[in-house]
Amino acid sequence: MNAATMTRGARWMRSLAGESEALAPVWSADALLGGTRTRFIAVVPDERNRFARARDNVVGLEQGWLLARAVRQAIDEDAATTRPRPIVAIVDVKSQAYGYREEMLGIHLACAAAVDAYASARLAGHPVIALIVGPAMSGAFLAHGYQANRILALDAPGTMVHAMGKDAAARVTRRSVEALDALGETVTPMSYSLSAFAKLGLLDRLITNVDADAPSAAQVECVRDALIEAIASIDRNERDLSRRLDNEAARSTRAASIEVRRRLAAQWDAP
Amino acid sequence: MTDHDVTVAPFIARESFIELSARERARALLDTGTFRELLGPFDRLTSPWLPLQGIVCQADDGVVIARGTIDGAPAVVAAIESAFQGGSIGEVAGSKIAGALELALRDCENGRPVRPVIVFETGGVRLQEANLGLAVIAEIQSAIVSLRRHVPVVGVIAGMVGCFGGMSLAAALCTRLVMTRQGRLGMNGPEVIEQEAGIDELDASDRLRIWQLIGGAQRVASGFADILVEDDASAIATAVHVAFSQGIDGVHRSEAVERYLDGLARIDPATVTPETMRAVFRPCGTAGTCHDTADEPQRVPGANREESQ
Repeated sequence: MNAATMTRGARWMRSLAGESEALAPVWSADALLGGTRTRFIAVVPDERNRFARARDNVVGLEQGWLLARAVRQAIDEDAATTRPRPIVAIVDVKSQAYGYREEMLGIHLACAAAVDAYASARLAGHPVIALIVGPAMSGAFLAHGYQANRILALDAPGTMVHAMGKDAAARVTRRSVEALDALGETVTPMSYSLSAFAKLGLLDRLITNVDADAPSAAQVECVRDALIEAIASIDRNERDLSRRLDNEAARSTRAASIEVRRRLAAQWDAP
Repeated sequence: MTDHDVTVAPFIARESFIELSARERARALLDTGTFRELLGPFDRLTSPWLPLQGIVCQADDGVVIARGTIDGAPAVVAAIESAFQGGSIGEVAGSKIAGALELALRDCENGRPVRPVIVFETGGVRLQEANLGLAVIAEIQSAIVSLRRHVPVVGVIAGMVGCFGGMSLAAALCTRLVMTRQGRLGMNGPEVIEQEAGIDELDASDRLRIWQLIGGAQRVASGFADILVEDDASAIATAVHVAFSQGIDGVHRSEAVERYLDGLARIDPATVTPETMRAVFRPCGTAGTCHDTADEPQRVPGANREESQ
């Protein structure tokens, strides 16, 4: 991949972690972050991938299992340590791979393997961070980033979180793309913007004033500082995702999620 | 089945599980007389987002949570109702499942095991609640990974909607999956693939081809699910009992990284078919099918089985 065609995920991987120890489509490398050895992982395009539907920066069969391998390698190597290394998922994934062979060979399990690995890393005490530098779409984001203790994003054109690409979502819900955008203004979870995502209590930090495509050295440092700060904020006993509901934004926009849990707990044991 | 009996009644005496509502399905899986619904319709916890889009809510948001017992042991069933919004997962529906699994985890951690069952019947995220649907699915997945260390998490995919989208990943994280021939399990639905990749990739109207690809029989034969049963409520309840009785020994399939990467390396994407892939992706537990790697699932004997008929 030359510099001109490098995706954001690849570019930020190089900027933050240097050369990957693994080949495309999943790059992973350990690098120092604030003096701590940290594992960085990114999904990058692989133009000669055997699976034709998975040559872009998408999560296909190999990507899912290779993400799981990269994460589990860190878990295994740190199994005996008291401070397992932080893991940073650099997120720039357009979608999962859509294809006949993908379904046949269990892309759902490949993606689940990545979910499992990231969740297991978190449970094993690895601080896990998702850094969104491009699209974080649907099943691909579930597999690569959504199990993190903290979610950070660059405030830049092209970063977004959503369950379905805009064009497809418009078709399925029988709306125009414009109508979909307008709806996002009033129905927060329908929006594609990171600021709306933050209102849901799911985003820990929106990093502003960074050129996502061509960051200066100072901007890369700024992102590095944000990562260090996010890792430092993770209590060693924080192993689950309950923090996503325990914050000011969630208390207003996710009131229903909180109320469901409150009432379930109240009714759990027979009267 | 090979070494235990899931008794299947004569056809005329069967009670179709597929035709049952989510509430009746939950009742059918719990010991007789023990069904107790949590957050039932009278709690009126409905989607806050559908009315903003002119869509009528349902009083249970399409998910039934029920406590009771399975083989006398405390249990919780989360059953998705396909008749409401295609079983799609919105904020309330998904939080009901996640919250129930989190409470089961709490009890397990306090030494009071609870047997969790999820009855999947879903296309995945409810697009009208997009990002919150995705968020709660991540929470469901997290809860399953934590919970299955204590107790088997058993999934049932009976049909006719099947299990797709982010919830197919949740199903894949379950300790064991029970499927009928009518059930389908895949990440991207056939229509989505046709739309995204073109009709040459997959013709969504070719129903036979789709069931051969992602139907219950194929999924069990290739080791992506564990127990294939007839569409009979008592047979499915028995299969769930069996799934729990097998415990939590062994490596889960979503942990078997090297085994599956090796399997992918051994197939040729240009020529592979649902029939030929079975030679590589076979259920563990059948003699000689597992290769000898450290990642090998070490299931209890007979953990994978096919129906007796």
